[in-house]
Amino acid sequence: MSLATARPSACPACDAAPAAEALAARAPLPGARLLLSVPGVHCAGCISTIERDLAQMEGVNSARLNLTLKRLSVDAQAGIVAQDVIRRLERMGYEAHEMDAGTLSLTQTEKQGRDLLMRIGVSGFAMMNVMLLSVAVWAGAEGPTRDLFHLISAMIAIPTVAFAGQPFFRNAWKAARAGRMDMDGPISFAILLTLFISLYEALLSGEHAYFEAVVMLIFFLLVGRYLDFRARAVARSAAQELAALEVPRAIRLRDGAEATVSVADLTVGDVVLVRPGGRVPVDGVVTQGQSEIDRALLTGETLPVFAAPGHVVSAGEVNLTGPLQVRVTAAGKDSSLHRMADLVANAESARMRYTTIAERAASAYAPTIPILALGAFVVWMYLSGGDLRLSMNIAVASLIITCPCALGLAVPAVVTAASGKLFRKGLLIKDGTALERLAEVDTVIFDKTGTLTMGTPVPTNLDQHPQAVGAVALALAEASGHPLAQALARALRDRGVAPADVDAIAEAAGYGIEGQWQGQRVRLGRAEWVGAEARSVTAAYLGIGATTQAFTFADQLRPGAAEVVQALQAQGKDVRLISGDVPAAVADLAQRLGIADWQAGALPADKAAAIADLHAQGRKVLMVGDGLNDTVALSAAHVSISPASALDAARAASDMVLLGRDLSPVADALRLSNTAMKRIRENLWQSGIYNAIFVPIALFGFATPLWAALVMSISSISVTLNALRLK
Amino acid sequence: MEVLALLIPVSLFLGLLGLVAFLWTLRRGMYDDPDGDSQRILDTRYDDQPKPMDKDA
Repeated sequence: MSLATARPSACPACDAAPAAEALAARAPLPGARLLLSVPGVHCAGCISTIERDLAQMEGVNSARLNLTLKRLSVDAQAGIVAQDVIRRLERMGYEAHEMDAGTLSLTQTEKQGRDLLMRIGVSGFAMMNVMLLSVAVWAGAEGPTRDLFHLISAMIAIPTVAFAGQPFFRNAWKAARAGRMDMDGPISFAILLTLFISLYEALLSGEHAYFEAVVMLIFFLLVGRYLDFRARAVARSAAQELAALEVPRAIRLRDGAEATVSVADLTVGDVVLVRPGGRVPVDGVVTQGQSEIDRALLTGETLPVFAAPGHVVSAGEVNLTGPLQVRVTAAGKDSSLHRMADLVANAESARMRYTTIAERAASAYAPTIPILALGAFVVWMYLSGGDLRLSMNIAVASLIITCPCALGLAVPAVVTAASGKLFRKGLLIKDGTALERLAEVDTVIFDKTGTLTMGTPVPTNLDQHPQAVGAVALALAEASGHPLAQALARALRDRGVAPADVDAIAEAAGYGIEGQWQGQRVRLGRAEWVGAEARSVTAAYLGIGATTQAFTFADQLRPGAAEVVQALQAQGKDVRLISGDVPAAVADLAQRLGIADWQAGALPADKAAAIADLHAQGRKVLMVGDGLNDTVALSAAHVSISPASALDAARAASDMVLLGRDLSPVADALRLSNTAMKRIRENLWQSGIYNAIFVPIALFGFATPLWAALVMSISSISVTLNALRLK
Repeated sequence: MEVLALLIPVSLFLGLLGLVAFLWTLRRGMYDDPDGDSQRILDTRYDDQPKPMDKDA
């Protein structure tokens, strides 16, 4: 968080009065809480290394690493920005991304989670106490003792149901008012009816009361609900994390003064300053300055393009070398980013709502519960010649036994276990149904730039240049912030080259760097500026006097890229590559990775069309991409994954996010999703079999509260254990 | 059977005690980072004296 945003923004006069700003800056500012995602942490060593190191960092009050969420929270004095901490972490060898504390406060979600946990705690307490009394009844307590135990059970159970059962009653009420029938309707009906009948039996000193079954039912259902909620909460916080990774700020110029404002506050006609290395926040026209613009995220092009006054720039592009002033032509809803978002929204609405296996099971199962109970009631009324009490008891027994404890746990338990495993491997599941959709995938489409490759260039022909040339290039390259220059400098330093003695180094923004070496003019930069002949591949050109040299670059492969392609092909998936880059670059990469099916020069719409084509053939496509040009394809695909380095729009459009640099969790995810689906089906079968055995027992009138309690706990526990078997 | 008059309140009281303890740990955020807590036992930093309490903890 920067100084400007940490300050309260309700001070319009501050913008006009720089002196007041300077004064405000000197006054002690409230500390800032920084939140960073650190995907690489995994052990006690990581915790103490990071916390110890940051404790010594100036301006940091304290730091705490949450290993479960792989999240670092830093309590810092104002003036410390996330970038400082990220750089320090990177020196320690940990990759880190900033998260916005504002959107991540998660108070609402946290409250809901604690609320559910509290209800679980209360129903768990009630369950144990009621069970204690019930065991005594089952063991043979009779007469007044049994009645006393039943009444005490009722005293515990009634307030428990009133408090812990609220989530079910609320949902059932909502569904009933909307004229729908979901799982909560029959559940609430069963809970209330059973409680009422049990109370009636207890007051009339009846033999059977189902207080422990009611409370146990609520307990197990709440556990299932909580697991489901956790999976969804992770999904929600992921979406927030994504919005948060890209902090939407812009530097607005007004009357010569700079002010950091939210992008949402910009209007057409404003002038914004885009510093080198910064992302263009809006669509606009360059009014001042010269630079080069990296459009890789928007188009997949690896070569930067030149920008000067009059050139049009789009939101999302990265400014490379010189500061640019941009007049806003479209901000907010009209910008190209938002138009892309509309395309994405269209693609998403075209994708049919996915009905999960749990929903299918529930919709088939929900009506059978009251129907069975009602049937039992009617039949027993007829058989017993109108014995209301007996018929009611049997109906309640079948209601409690058919109630879907295990069904409520069958899916969330597996999904929770699988998401946890994948999170530990570095893959965050944003969408609850993604795991299920992933299991159906038969075709995998990769994007090139930024996905299979790092999107960062690496020099390829350093060996062809004499030592002196390298030394001059290093001296010039180190003076520039251009990514090619930085990559060149890094590679030359790694080879042990020492910089030559170059004087009068100056950067010509948008062109390159110039200097004097041994009385000659030396330049490193664009071909036409240096006077060299441009090559077809990405290159930086060095001119020493009249002779010129070219340093060619290739994009570095993302770690795990080769392995993941191999693993997917071994799993029998059809792996393809579709990129917006030039054919030569795409063909080269496809050959290196052994991908036979590739397509180059694809526009965003082409990618989406290719996916629609495959879907029409009945294939299920997994799209892995990172750029804005991929977002439409990501939302059109059956299921999609993007890396953490991707643009926020792409991450928002995809179902899963890779947290680290490594691509290999993708193959693990596919394998694990298949196992998870197998476990889910086993679980559904298991709970079905329990019902098939015990429903007849209940219908024939043999079921006792002891049976109900046994069936309920055994089926719930076996389903959970089966989920934990997931490897 | 007179012993029940004593035992039932005692068992209810003990159960309530457990519930209160659970709610207390929940409020103090003791379930926020189970993985981290299990690893922190290997940390040698606070072996000699306990970590000074944070203001907000």
